[in-house]
Amino acid sequence: MEHKTKRIPVKHIIGFILSLALTIVAAWAALGSDLPKGWVITGIMVLAVIQAAIQLFMFMHMTESASGNGHIPWNMMFHGFVIVAIVVAGSLFTMSYGFGHHHNDSPAHQQQHGEHMHD
Amino acid sequence: MKLDEFFVTGEPLIYGGMVAIVLVTSAIIFLLTYFKKWKWLWREWLTTVDHKKIGIMYILSALAMLFRGGMDALMMRTQLAVPDLNFLSAQHYDEIFTTHGTVMIIFMAMPFLIGLMNIVVPLQIGARDFAFPFVNALSFWSFFFGALLFNVSFVIGGSPDAGWTSYTPLSGAALSPGPGQNFYLMGLQLAGIGTLATGINLMVTILKMRAPGMKMFKMPIFTWSSLITCFIIIFAFPILTVALALLTIDRIFGSQFFTLTGEGLPMMWANLFWMWGHPEVYIVVLPAFGIFSEVIATFAHKRIFGYSAMVWSIIIIAGLSFLVWVHHFFTMGAGAFVNSVFSVSTMLIAVPTGVKIFNWLGTLHKSKIEFSTAMLWALSFIPSFVIGGVTGVMLGMAAADYQFHNSYFLVAHFHYVLIAGTVFACFAGLTYWYPKMFGHKLNERLGKWSFWLFLIGFHVCFLPQYFIGLDGMPRRIFHIGPEWFTLNFLSTIGAFGMGIGFAIFVYNIYYSFRYSKRETTGDAWGGRTLEWATPTPVPPYNFATLPEVNNIDAFMEMKEKGETTFDEKKLQPIHMPSNSGKPFIMMAILFFASFALVFEWITLAAIGLAGGLIMMIIRSFDYDEGYHFSVNEIKQIEQSRRGLDHE
Repeated sequence: MEHKTKRIPVKHIIGFILSLALTIVAAWAALGSDLPKGWVITGIMVLAVIQAAIQLFMFMHMTESASGNGHIPWNMMFHGFVIVAIVVAGSLFTMSYGFGHHHNDSPAHQQQHGEHMHD
Repeated sequence: MKLDEFFVTGEPLIYGGMVAIVLVTSAIIFLLTYFKKWKWLWREWLTTVDHKKIGIMYILSALAMLFRGGMDALMMRTQLAVPDLNFLSAQHYDEIFTTHGTVMIIFMAMPFLIGLMNIVVPLQIGARDFAFPFVNALSFWSFFFGALLFNVSFVIGGSPDAGWTSYTPLSGAALSPGPGQNFYLMGLQLAGIGTLATGINLMVTILKMRAPGMKMFKMPIFTWSSLITCFIIIFAFPILTVALALLTIDRIFGSQFFTLTGEGLPMMWANLFWMWGHPEVYIVVLPAFGIFSEVIATFAHKRIFGYSAMVWSIIIIAGLSFLVWVHHFFTMGAGAFVNSVFSVSTMLIAVPTGVKIFNWLGTLHKSKIEFSTAMLWALSFIPSFVIGGVTGVMLGMAAADYQFHNSYFLVAHFHYVLIAGTVFACFAGLTYWYPKMFGHKLNERLGKWSFWLFLIGFHVCFLPQYFIGLDGMPRRIFHIGPEWFTLNFLSTIGAFGMGIGFAIFVYNIYYSFRYSKRETTGDAWGGRTLEWATPTPVPPYNFATLPEVNNIDAFMEMKEKGETTFDEKKLQPIHMPSNSGKPFIMMAILFFASFALVFEWITLAAIGLAGGLIMMIIRSFDYDEGYHFSVNEIKQIEQSRRGLDHE
């Protein structure tokens, strides 16, 4: 029977504080800052990548030698990326395909299209 | 806020509900006090981390929710029985179809199946508990308080009324002001924490804690279907979590993700909802397939036919389930190309599902079928589900769907797959594993009565709805026209048949508790898989010693070799997790926070959230190492439960 010594999980606490800080910075960028829109979006995306890395390395046992020598769950990460790709690409596909032409058409064209819808 | 804004007023049926709630609550408090059972309740149930007890609590709650959702259904069917009846007002009717759908999917079907998984999966794979027993308790309490939050809405604040799909912009702050819709959002969010945690917990359990020798392709089919369900939960539920959070921010803090104004995208809600919602359908039907496979193999007294085809078809169904979501809103008008893509992917799902149907038929072929109640549920599932599946393919054709969309044809279709699939499986599974859970069988005669009433009631209720749908009756209307009278009336009769069937099922639980013969062996049905190798009642640690597994039907092999899970030579002390009240307390605090947020009392909600965080910090520094069963204790327990001490 092993008795682990009671110690404070430093890595987890640092990770927790960092992830909170990143979230606050992202919220500030969107709500409180006067940065241009493009910068806000880019900034949030960069913060998101850092956030993901913190989750993976601080909490998800990515480099923990105790669980089989720095075991990286490639399989699960692959599935995760596939799902993210489906969610993002799928949403763009469904939400924009077939709708776009409404906005740029000439008024006459739109009229025609409108009548067509009511047939 | 005035009291009459807090409580729902003016509906006699709801006043009746309030009286019933007060009476039942007082009765429970009185009984617990009178029999001095408060300590017992806390020690044995509220703080337990034992997967078997948590499973029983899941199933009890799910049965209560089935009653609630069923009452909603009967009220709807009464309202629709006769043209222009005014049994319910339009508002009340809207609320009831919303809560019926939400309760049945989120708070009945899922918890029922997760409850069965809780009890059965660790036993089937030879594990002593879940990988994370504390998290398992946390999951249950999050579901329980989520369900509680959603259910109090009908007496406090008013129920949500925008359908179980809660489509924006209708469900947004502009068109649905008040707390109703917030109850939906927070109730689902709170319960969703538990579902996601269970998905992770159970997946780790199945991947890491199998008995020696049990390779992935030697696992029982129910365990396989649970594992794949966990995958779907882990990948689909975050989408719901995000969608619910965005809509909550929209409604409470005035953002514009799904609004008509400010460049909001109302249809994005439908898109996100069904990205979760379609996989959700498979979350509730794949475990059902697993249950039927176990029941059919046991009562056909044959090994399941085409084991690897069965497993691969489950995996393929799970993969495809993420690629078909648009078929729920073909009529949104995304265009012919988008609709065609999703039409094809939808029809593809019929292929692996068809494979499974033939696997079950193959198992039954030339077998000696034992017509027990559980087997009757499984046998009647096959043709009933095929009707639902075939009409599903009809709906999957985008062009034809423009005719069927939002009609009773659709309502009939999804009740055919969800009831014949999931609900039949819940009844089959509960009947089948009942002796393992409670040490006695359910009475077979009463079981068959409830089965036949429910089955006939089900077909009488929903088969006519296909035809009313083709006659043009749309869903979610509260007055029917005279031309739809006959079939609607028939449908209502069927619904009450199902209600009586369910009542007999519940009575059977009481009757069997009083009169059924107690089980002396753990193997009530001549089972094939490891759960039947444990003695009944199952000891807290499940397996005194673990068998070496070389076969899909692990227990059949053990019986041939004369092995048991009590090999005195191999006994070692068993490490067990301690009970904990923290999951209950943490989720009670989060319930309070969510309730405050529903009424948009931001300060109170923030205090509640802080309380939740404090509980997490306390848990983080919790160094409880659990306790041990000594070899002598194990010997005593095993000898008494296996009837060896009388020799």
